[in-house]
Amino acid sequence: MAVAALSHPAPEAHPTSTGLNSRKMLFWAFLGSECMFFGSLISTYLIYRGRDSAGPHPHEVLNIPFTSFSAFVLLMSSLTMVLALAAVQHGNLRGTKIWLAATALLGMTFIAGQCYEFTHFFYDGLKLQSNLFGCTFFVLTGFHGTHVTVGVIWLWSLFMMAVRGKLPVERALDVEIAGLYWHFVDVVWIAIFTLVYLIQ
Amino acid sequence: MATTVAGVHAVPKSESGLWSWITTVDHKRIGVLYGVTALSFFLGGAPNVGWFAYSNLTSSQYSPGHGVDFWAVGLQILGIASLAAAFNFIVTIINLRAPGMKLMRMPPFVWMTLVTSFLIILAFPVITVALVFLLFDRFVGTHFFVPSGGADPLLWQHLFWLFGHPEVYILILPAMGIVSEVLPTFSRKPLFGYPVVVYSGIFIGFMGWGVWSHHMFSVGLGPLADSFFALTTMLIAIPTGVKIFNWLATLWGGKIELKTAMLFALGFIALFTMGGLSGFMHASPPADLQQTDTYFVVAHIHYVLFGGAIMGVFAGIYYWFPKMTGKFLNETLGKIHFWATMISMNLTFFPMHFVGLLGMPRRVYTYSPNMGFDTMNLLSTIGALLLGASVLVFVVNFVNSIRNGKPAGSDPWGGGSLEWAIPSPPPSYNFATIPTVRSLDPLWHKEGREAALAANQVRGPIHMPPSSYWPAVSALGVTLLLSGMVFGWFVGIPGLILMLLGLYSWAFEPVT
Amino acid sequence: MSEHHESTRSPGEHAHPGAKEYLGIAVVLTVITAVEVAVYYVPAMRPMLVPVLLVLSAVKFSLVAMFYMHLKFDHRLFSWLFVVPMILMSLIVIGLLRLFGHW
Repeated sequence: MAVAALSHPAPEAHPTSTGLNSRKMLFWAFLGSECMFFGSLISTYLIYRGRDSAGPHPHEVLNIPFTSFSAFVLLMSSLTMVLALAAVQHGNLRGTKIWLAATALLGMTFIAGQCYEFTHFFYDGLKLQSNLFGCTFFVLTGFHGTHVTVGVIWLWSLFMMAVRGKLPVERALDVEIAGLYWHFVDVVWIAIFTLVYLIQ
Repeated sequence: MATTVAGVHAVPKSESGLWSWITTVDHKRIGVLYGVTALSFFLGGAPNVGWFAYSNLTSSQYSPGHGVDFWAVGLQILGIASLAAAFNFIVTIINLRAPGMKLMRMPPFVWMTLVTSFLIILAFPVITVALVFLLFDRFVGTHFFVPSGGADPLLWQHLFWLFGHPEVYILILPAMGIVSEVLPTFSRKPLFGYPVVVYSGIFIGFMGWGVWSHHMFSVGLGPLADSFFALTTMLIAIPTGVKIFNWLATLWGGKIELKTAMLFALGFIALFTMGGLSGFMHASPPADLQQTDTYFVVAHIHYVLFGGAIMGVFAGIYYWFPKMTGKFLNETLGKIHFWATMISMNLTFFPMHFVGLLGMPRRVYTYSPNMGFDTMNLLSTIGALLLGASVLVFVVNFVNSIRNGKPAGSDPWGGGSLEWAIPSPPPSYNFATIPTVRSLDPLWHKEGREAALAANQVRGPIHMPPSSYWPAVSALGVTLLLSGMVFGWFVGIPGLILMLLGLYSWAFEPVT
Repeated sequence: MSEHHESTRSPGEHAHPGAKEYLGIAVVLTVITAVEVAVYYVPAMRPMLVPVLLVLSAVKFSLVAMFYMHLKFDHRLFSWLFVVPMILMSLIVIGLLRLFGHW
């Protein structure tokens, strides 16, 4: 609320005490908070692992080759995400659109894979209510999938902004922050892939 | 809050409307919100599972009806609101300080707000997850906390206290911040050992994460865990003790003015110290085993939360009421309020130490006549009635003073921090131009005072962030969306649509 | 949290790596993922499976955080805001597993 702010119309241009952008700082604090969220979910999964007497058990249903592919897809979407950021930072509108769409499509591939996986488990007899593995697995990966879905919606929103020419270099931060979210969702999957799928 | 960060750039946020209510840290407003939440008692029955809601009392089997559902969904919504407010405070405090307002020149209340905000953003996700599990158990039939499904009900206790212990510091640290502002003003002395007060606040914030299992000694954690959590719990008493000695040293040799705000701050120190001492007693697992689930613990929590947090909040209300409204609270009624509170509070809660050690269990509404609890309980009952009456004195004082209180100038107490340089009540822009800060108590230094007063002069148009209804729409959407879990999809789906509409319109609103 | 002067933009805040570096990191990430899955299938690795997988995924995590999320290039405050909760959560996970008697 400063007179000095008159000459700076964009919110990014406000002088700040640290010289850092406020939105980006808030987003990092948010990701710190998200660590605690996923950490609690993962701890619960690990605490309850191996307590089930009734199946299906993880080693009976988890499909490592398939999930490795999903993990790879999500990893590649992180690459396309940073390429989208590099494009928007250089004012390359065409590249921005291509890489944003590619990231969103890879994210949708991941979600489709998760839908397939969940359906498959369902027919293998693993439901949310089956046993502790069912409870903890579906809630943990389900919340991760929800995060990916939110990210996909966010990416398509940015894509629409780019299509309508509303994503110039000055708004690169919008893409950068969406990217932070996307990469965070990716690193959470890195942790889940190792702790849930590979270490059974 | 707004007045204590005067001189700091404010981030765009609405001063009124639903969003401001949902993100409020103003205790009056929080009180009103609790009242609204209490409506759920009539809509779905009370969530009669105690405040820590141990599983599996909360399962559908033992808690049928919607009471626990309302409680859980309400806490989720409150959690979202607290998180939003905490992110806002963190960034505002770190990034939008006045020029020269170094971190170590910030008022202690702002510092404690910063620590509290960090505790909120780290502790609330844990309870969110625990409540998600509970809601899944109740709505979908999972068995996160159902022992017959192989689950361990202790998981709830761990997750709850992982949140719950930081939460008690979320409650007490702001009160400690308030007291650290009130004491120097009415002692006419700067806060003794300001950096140490700040560092011990930060240390308490960190240590608050390593003590959660001391609420659970009686479940049998094993000698290693018992020793670890006993040790950390005893350690955390040190920074708290350091603060108390700093406050006492602030008073030492000061020119003490016993205004009502000061009385409450002094009451805080006395009562919180007593609560701290009983807390220290059940840091020891063997002693704790004797005290768990007795009235001794009830006495302890009331000395730290009523004697601590509530006395601190009252000190803050008497201290900043003139700044907020431009009028004094009546001092005579205030002193009656203070002494009535002080006496009745001790009358209510001190006997609980004795009946607790005699073995009277908490949460059991009755006892047989020959247990020796009678006299003590009679005293507690009289004290509780008096305590209620003392709050009524405050309510009368509050309403009267808002209507026809004595006008207070911009600086009724001769305070040292920046908010006392701007008019009361403060203009929405706080300072017309932002002053440069050169010390911890700028108004107690000649050049600091002149600079701050000069910053009130309007020298041209003042840029104010535009107000927006979209945050309120999003907040309503979130509330309906989550309420849909109790009421059904016909509430949830419109909530989802409203939320998305609010968020998108908010995000794409033109920035001016 | 260190103290900063109001006017100074922290140096290098926006000096992010380019497409080439991003591609390089992606190759490394892919290789590590392949190694992880391979390790999972090699019977000889059984005894060391857990530590090896934990280290590999930690490396992947750090690479993404440092390069794709630019923590290596951005202001240290951002790293603090993220890494402190990470460490806190890791300690809590270890503590909880210990309390529930896993190992």
